Amino acid sequence: MNSAGSIKFLYAAYIATWLIHALYIGSLVRRYSRLRRQMKDLGK
Amino acid sequence: MKRAFPILAVLTALLLAYAFYQALWVAPTDALQGDVYRIIYYHVPSAWTAFLLFFINFIASVEYLASAKPSTKRAAKWIVIAIGIAGCVAAYVVPLPAGIRPSAIAMTVLAIPAFYFLIGKYFPEQNLDLLAVTAAEVGVVFCTIVLVTGPIWARPVWGIWWAPGDIRLTSTLVLWLIYVSYLVLRRFSDSAQTQKLAAVLAVFGALDVPLVYFSIWFFRTQHPQPVIGGGGSMDPRMLHVLLISWMAFLCFAFLVCWLRYGLEKLRREVEEAEALESLLEPSGPAAQTSKARVPLSRGIL
Repeated sequence: MNSAGSIKFLYAAYIATWLIHALYIGSLVRRYSRLRRQMKDLGK
Repeated sequence: MKRAFPILAVLTALLLAYAFYQALWVAPTDALQGDVYRIIYYHVPSAWTAFLLFFINFIASVEYLASAKPSTKRAAKWIVIAIGIAGCVAAYVVPLPAGIRPSAIAMTVLAIPAFYFLIGKYFPEQNLDLLAVTAAEVGVVFCTIVLVTGPIWARPVWGIWWAPGDIRLTSTLVLWLIYVSYLVLRRFSDSAQTQKLAAVLAVFGALDVPLVYFSIWFFRTQHPQPVIGGGGSMDPRMLHVLLISWMAFLCFAFLVCWLRYGLEKLRREVEEAEALESLLEPSGPAAQTSKARVPLSRGIL
């Protein structure tokens, strides 16, 4: 496969990597805010 | 420590940006594969980081299991020292397959006592399980990246997305499945023995890591030789960029682990506070809704 044709695979791999990291960090932030809310409710 | 996090996050972002620049614009183009080979700068560091995290999970799980009794703890300490010494001697005495450097084996084996004592020093008994679950979850994320970027790289180079039956690919998939099942076990089990069961599963799961790494030497596989500690060779400029990339991903993994560790600590604090509230107010709202409420361990993990 020529370089121009295969470059899209390079971009796909890099995008996929950061997409997975972003999704995971997003899930961590979501879980954090949920726990903080629960902690606040318990404090009331 | 909380103040250090944003500073470290900025430094890691800069390092990741530098590694990205080096990977795309500074590293030379491969004569055979062209630019697509640059996937190596994300694929290989992710694999090394995943292995390291699974290794930390293994050591933390062993220490967690050993901490049950003082006698087991003492025995585990001596067993770990013996493994380090015996492994080092064996690496230089036992004939190894061509391509495996004895120094690489000796260093890997020595990492067992080194990590065992470091983790034991900085993580008290009650935090070992926290560390184990943190390392496993972040390790699964990095292993997922390996399994996603691998086929994306294989398609233009090998002409196929996946080589069915290939031992390196299959054992990596099995490794991922083992650690996903570890997380699933922790998520759905309500037993008081969950932490112990998960630790046992982690010890068995870690046995797959050397199989993944050494499969290249012992079985016929489509996967190329490793670039460090093995028979593969690499342009020094490419190796330099690869190591920068790994450093960047290690810093990133450390920050993510920090976040995940804090989250797990907070989750346990909330669980304890809920239990305390239920005890203090048996007829209060917490007690009335405790049955209807989804347990935190299910909702958060």
